Amino acid sequence: MSHRLGTGGRLIDRTRPLDFTFNGKTMRGYAGDTLASGLLGAGQTLVGRSFKYHRPRGIVASGAEEPNALVGLGEGQRFEPNQRVTTTELFSGLKAASQNHWPSLEFDVGAINAKLWRFLPAGFYYKTFISPRPLWKHVYEPIIRRSAGLGKAPDAETRDIDRYEQLYAFCDVLVAGGGVAGIRAALEAAQAGKRVILTEQTAHFGGRAVVDGYEIDGQSAESWVDAQLAALQGMDNVTVLPRTMVAGVHDHGYALAYERVADHQPGADKPRHRLWRVRAGQIVAATGAIERPLSFAGNDLPGVMLAAAIRDYAVNFGVAAGKKVAIVTNNDDAYRTALILNDLGVSIAAVIDARAEATGDLPAKARAAGIRVIEDAAVRKVEGGKSVTGVQLCRFNSDGGAVFETLACDALGMSGGWSPVVHLWSHCGGKLNWDEAGAFFRPDPNRPPLGHDGKGFVSCVGAANGDLGNEGEAPMLPVWLMPAQASYELRAKAWLDPQNDVKVSDVQLAAREGYASVEHTKRYTTLGMATDQGKLSNINGLAILSDALGQPIPQTGTTTFRPPYTPISLGAITGEARGEIFQPLRKTPMHGWHEAKGAHWEPVGHWRRPYCYPKQGESHAEAVSREINQTRKAVGLLDASTLGKILVKGPDAGRFMDMLYTNMMSNLKVGKCRYGLMCNENGFLSDDGVVARLSEDTWLCHTTSGGADRIHAWMEDWLQCEWWDWKVHVVNLTEQFAQIAVVGPKARQVLEKLGGDIDLSADSFPFMDWKEGHLGGIAARIFRISFSGELSYEVAVPASQGLAFWEKLLDAGEEFGISPYGTEALHVMRAEKGFIMIGDETDGTVIPQDLNLNWAISKKKDDFLGKRGMEREAMVSPDRWKLVGLETLDGSVLPDGALAPLPGKNANGQQETQGRVTSTYHSPTLGKGIAMGLVHNGPERMGEVIAFQSASGGTVSARIVDPCFFDKAGEKQNV
Amino acid sequence: MLLLTCPCCGVTAEETEFSNGGEAHLKRFGPGSTDAEYEAYMFARKNPRGVHFERWRHAFGCGKWFLMARDTVTLEVYGAYKAQTTEPPADIVDKIKARRPEWEGYK
Amino acid sequence: MSDAVSALKGARASGMVELADAGPTGMITLRGDLGVLGGALASVLGLSAPEQRRVVSGEAGEVLWMSPDELLVVLPYDKAPEAAAALEAALGDAFATVAVVSDGRALIHLSGAQTRDVLAKLMPVDFAGFETGELRRSRVAQVAAAVWRRSDNDWSLICFRSVADYVFASLATVAKPGGEVGLYR
Repeated sequence: MSHRLGTGGRLIDRTRPLDFTFNGKTMRGYAGDTLASGLLGAGQTLVGRSFKYHRPRGIVASGAEEPNALVGLGEGQRFEPNQRVTTTELFSGLKAASQNHWPSLEFDVGAINAKLWRFLPAGFYYKTFISPRPLWKHVYEPIIRRSAGLGKAPDAETRDIDRYEQLYAFCDVLVAGGGVAGIRAALEAAQAGKRVILTEQTAHFGGRAVVDGYEIDGQSAESWVDAQLAALQGMDNVTVLPRTMVAGVHDHGYALAYERVADHQPGADKPRHRLWRVRAGQIVAATGAIERPLSFAGNDLPGVMLAAAIRDYAVNFGVAAGKKVAIVTNNDDAYRTALILNDLGVSIAAVIDARAEATGDLPAKARAAGIRVIEDAAVRKVEGGKSVTGVQLCRFNSDGGAVFETLACDALGMSGGWSPVVHLWSHCGGKLNWDEAGAFFRPDPNRPPLGHDGKGFVSCVGAANGDLGNEGEAPMLPVWLMPAQASYELRAKAWLDPQNDVKVSDVQLAAREGYASVEHTKRYTTLGMATDQGKLSNINGLAILSDALGQPIPQTGTTTFRPPYTPISLGAITGEARGEIFQPLRKTPMHGWHEAKGAHWEPVGHWRRPYCYPKQGESHAEAVSREINQTRKAVGLLDASTLGKILVKGPDAGRFMDMLYTNMMSNLKVGKCRYGLMCNENGFLSDDGVVARLSEDTWLCHTTSGGADRIHAWMEDWLQCEWWDWKVHVVNLTEQFAQIAVVGPKARQVLEKLGGDIDLSADSFPFMDWKEGHLGGIAARIFRISFSGELSYEVAVPASQGLAFWEKLLDAGEEFGISPYGTEALHVMRAEKGFIMIGDETDGTVIPQDLNLNWAISKKKDDFLGKRGMEREAMVSPDRWKLVGLETLDGSVLPDGALAPLPGKNANGQQETQGRVTSTYHSPTLGKGIAMGLVHNGPERMGEVIAFQSASGGTVSARIVDPCFFDKAGEKQNV
Repeated sequence: MLLLTCPCCGVTAEETEFSNGGEAHLKRFGPGSTDAEYEAYMFARKNPRGVHFERWRHAFGCGKWFLMARDTVTLEVYGAYKAQTTEPPADIVDKIKARRPEWEGYK
Repeated sequence: MSDAVSALKGARASGMVELADAGPTGMITLRGDLGVLGGALASVLGLSAPEQRRVVSGEAGEVLWMSPDELLVVLPYDKAPEAAAALEAALGDAFATVAVVSDGRALIHLSGAQTRDVLAKLMPVDFAGFETGELRRSRVAQVAAAVWRRSDNDWSLICFRSVADYVFASLATVAKPGGEVGLYR
C-alpha cells in the first residue's frame, strides 16, 4: 500500500500539514503536495472507477497525462468535475469526491459490466443500438445518456463565483515548458535581447532533471535551475509564468497559454484562471516526454503505475507507491526508479526486464545495490482485486502459458519507453518522423508549421525533440504487448486506454473488422478519445493496430493532435465577458429613463429598444394599444435615436447618392426629405430610410436601426474600392444625435410650446421638409416625416442633451397626456399605414418591385446598385409574390410567417404554396387583425379570399386587400 | 488566427481587427452587361488552392480596405497593397513567383 | 451648454488603475487630405496634422490621427461648434469634411503605472515601446476604440457613446485589485 516515507520530499513542507477530504473522509497531506501525492501518502490507492466496465482504478501518472484519477473537486459555486488529482495542488480544506460509481467507490453496481466484458467489445454501441430504429429515441438514447459521461455536471442553477480574465501578450520567443531544455532556450533568447515568455504547467520548474538528480555545469540540477530561474526573473525582457500551460499553437505564431492563477488559493481575491493570448515570433516547445505504459493483463489495477511517476512521488513528495515494489521495463531508465526507492529504504521485489540481457550501467548499479534483475521476462498477469498483490512472470517471447514465478508485491512500476510531447509542434501542421531507435515519433525539422512569412515558427528542444538524455544507456526493446505472443485471454485484459476502457483485443478486433485508418479506429474503439486525449495510449494503440494490419508504424501514422493540450476551463475561454459585459449593450441617451419607467425591452442588434412601457397591472398588449390610441388621438413620443444617420458630402456626393439609392437623390432640393431604397447588387432590398439634403454638396442618410454600421461600411467599400476617384466623404453620425419622433395630432402644439426660432406652421414647414434652429434652447434639426400616418416630427438634438430634450417634450405634452411609445406601437402604426419594414417584408430575396415600390425606382438613371440584378429573368417574372394587405374574415390575427398552402406538391415533394404573411398585428385603431403578406400575383387578386395556415394546424381565411388600412388619403399627416 | 499588416496605417494586428471581403480585383458589371458577365462578377469565384488575392478591411483600426495575396494552403502572406488598383503590383507578383515557382500567375 | 451630459455621467473607478469619465468633450472629425487639414488646423487652432498614428497636443486641444484621410480634434465641449465652423471656413472650397462628433463619443482617462496591463486584458495590442503621443485604434473587448498615451502613466481612451457603459464596466472589471500581471514593467 502506498504511504508517506519518514523523510524526503523536496517539494513538501512537513511542518505545514494540510487536512483535506476524499469522499468525506479526512486525510492529511503537506503544503507542497498535489492531491495525488496527498492521496497516495494517505494510503488511498483506489480513486475511481473506469468508464465502461467500472473497474477499480488508481493513480497511474504524476502529471497532466493521468488517465484515471479524475475527481469532482470543491462544492456548490466552486464544484468542478473531472479534475486530475495529479495536477491539483493540495490546499487546506480541499474536498474531492471520486466519480463514475454507484452507490460507492468500494462497492459499485456498475462493475457488473466488467463481468459482461465479452459482450461489450469495440463498437458495442454501434452494433447493438442500430436497430430496431424506433427504440433509439425512447429506450437506447436515455440509457446511453444516463451511463455516459464521467463526472456529474455542476448544478444548472449554480453560478461559478470566481472571476476569469484574458491577456494579450506579445513576445519574440514563447517557451513552453520549464525543464532544463526550456530554461536553456529561454536564457539563450533572453541574453540575445529577445522578449521572452517562459511557461511551466506545474508550480515548479526543473522538469525531470531535478527528480532524477542530474548534474548540470558541475552543480546539482536543482541549484542550476534555481540560479538560472533567478537570472531569468531578474531580466526586464523576460516574463516567467509558473502554473501556465501552453494549451494550443495556432496560425501565425498565435498561442493560448492557460494560467491557473488561484486554483491553489480558492477564495483569494484574484482571477482564478487567466488565458494568455500570446502572439510569438517563435514558439519553443520544451514540453518533455511522457513515459509509455506496457500492455499486459491487469495493467489497469490500482498500484500499477508509470515507473517514473513512482520516483516523482518518492523524490518530490516523500511518498512510496508501495511497501514492496516491482518494476517492469524494456529500457534502462526504469532502473532509476528501483535505485531511488532502494535508497529511500523501499523494498524492491525485482526489476523485470523484457530484454534478453540487461547490461547497461543502470542495471549494473541496480545489481550492485542488491536489486534482483530478471531478464527476458514479462508480466503475464497482475494479481489482485482492488489493488496489486503480486505479478505472474513468464518469458517475454511466449504466449504466457508458462508462469515461471509469481512475485509478491503491492505496487508495480512499468516503463515502455518514452514518447516526446510533440503536441505543440503538431497543432498547426508540423510533421513527424518515426524514430526506430527510440520507438517514438519526433518532429521532422524540415516540415515545421509555417507562419505568415512562410517560415517555420515552432521548434522543439530537449526530450520533446526526441533527445531523451539517455546517451550511454543500453538500447530499449520496443514492446507493444507483453508477453509478445499473449493469448486472447491476456490481451482482453491488457488495457491501452484505461479511461475509455479500450484494450489490446478491441483494437485488434477493429482491424479484423476492416478499420485500416487510425482515425477511424480511434472513433470506433474510442481509443484516445477520453479527457486525457490518449497521452498514454496513442502510441501503444497505433503500434497494436499496425501489427494487426501487418504494416510498419509510420505507415499507420498518428491521429491528429488538437488543442488544447489538456482541458482548459470554460471560465478562461469566456474571460471577463460575463453578466452585464457578456456582450456590448448599446444604449441611447434616454436608455436610463426607459429603464426607470419599466420599459419592456426588445433587442435590436446590440441595442435595447423599449417594446412598450407597461403600467402597473397592464399586459404588454394592453400597453401597446394604449400607446397607439394615445398617439393617434393626441401625441406620443418615440426614441428613434438608434436610426442610422450617415453624412454623405463632397463634390461627387450627388452622383454617389444616385448609385446607392434606387431613386434619384441628386435632384432632391436643399431643405427637402425623400424616402429612399438601397439594394445590393442582386437587386434585393437591403435598407431603407429618409434622406435629407442638407446643403448643395451634403446629404444625410437615415438607415434602419440595425443597418447603420453595415450601410456605412457598404458606402466606404464602394468609395474605397470601386469609385476611388470620386470626391465623396461619408461620416457616421448615428450616435452624435438623439432623435425623437413627436407624433400625433398635437405634435405641432407640443413643439410650439417649447419655443424657439423655427416656424412650425403647416404652410412654412410642410410635410417632407426639414429645418434647423433651436427648440427649448437646444440646437435641433427637425424632419417633418411620418412613419405612422400622423402629423409627425423627428427631432435630432446633440446626444448629450437628448435626455434633457426628451424631458422637455414630456413636460410640454403633459396637458395632452403625452406618453412614450415603443417599437411594437411603431410597428403596428406603420402596418396600419401599409409601410414596409426591412426584415419583415424583406428577407434578402425581395426586390422593391415585389413590394409595389416601383415608384421609388428611377427610370432615368443609367445605373444604380442593384439595377442589373433586377433585370434578371427571375426578377422580371410575372409569377413573383407581391405585397398585399390581408384581412381575416373573422377579424383574428394571422400567425406571423404563415404560408398560404395550395393543393399539390412541387418538384421537391413539398407542399405548393402561394404566399406568406410578413407582418401581422392586432390593430387597436381598427379593432381587428391586420396583416401584410407576399402573395402570388397578389395585387391583381384584390378581394379574393385565400387560406393561410393557422397556429392550430388548420387554416384561416383572409381577404386580399390594399396594404394601407388607415387614412389612405393621408389627411392626418398633412395638417 | 492570422497576423495581418494593414498597408494603410502600418499596424500589424491579429485577424480579429479585420474583416474579410472575399476575392479581390473583381470587375463590376452593371446594366447592359450580358448574363455571363454579370454571373462572373457576382457569383463565379476562383477559390484557389494556393495563391489567392483577397479583400480585407481594417474594420477595428483605420477603417480602410486593402488587398492582400495569401496562400490558402500554407496561410503565407505574400504582401498587402492599396485597394485602389485593378491588378496586383509587380513586386508582389515577383515575390509570389519566387516563393511558388509552379504558380500559374495572376489571371 | 449647461445641460450637456456625457454618456458616463462622471463615472469613476479605482483598482489597478484609476478610471475617470472625462465628461462632455468637444470632438471634431475632419476628413480630407491631411496636408490641407493641417493648414486649416494651424490657422484656426494653432495645431497641426499629426504623423501616422500620433497625437499632436497644444493649448487649444489635441489632434488625433485616425486614418490616412481622417483626423479627430479633441477640445473643450463648448468650443467644438465654433471651431468646426471656423475650420470649415478655413478649408473653403477644398475637398474636406468637418463634422462635430462630441456627443457621439465617450472619453475615458486611465492613469497609473499598470495602465498597459489593464488595456492588454481587453485590447489585442502590443504596448511595448508604445510612446507618449502614440495612438492606436483597435478594439476593447468586443467594440471599437482608440487609445493614446498622454504621459508615462496617463492614457486616454475613446469609444462610441452607446457602448460607453460597456467599455467602462469592462475596464473596471479587469482592473480589479488582485488582477496584477506585471506584463509591462
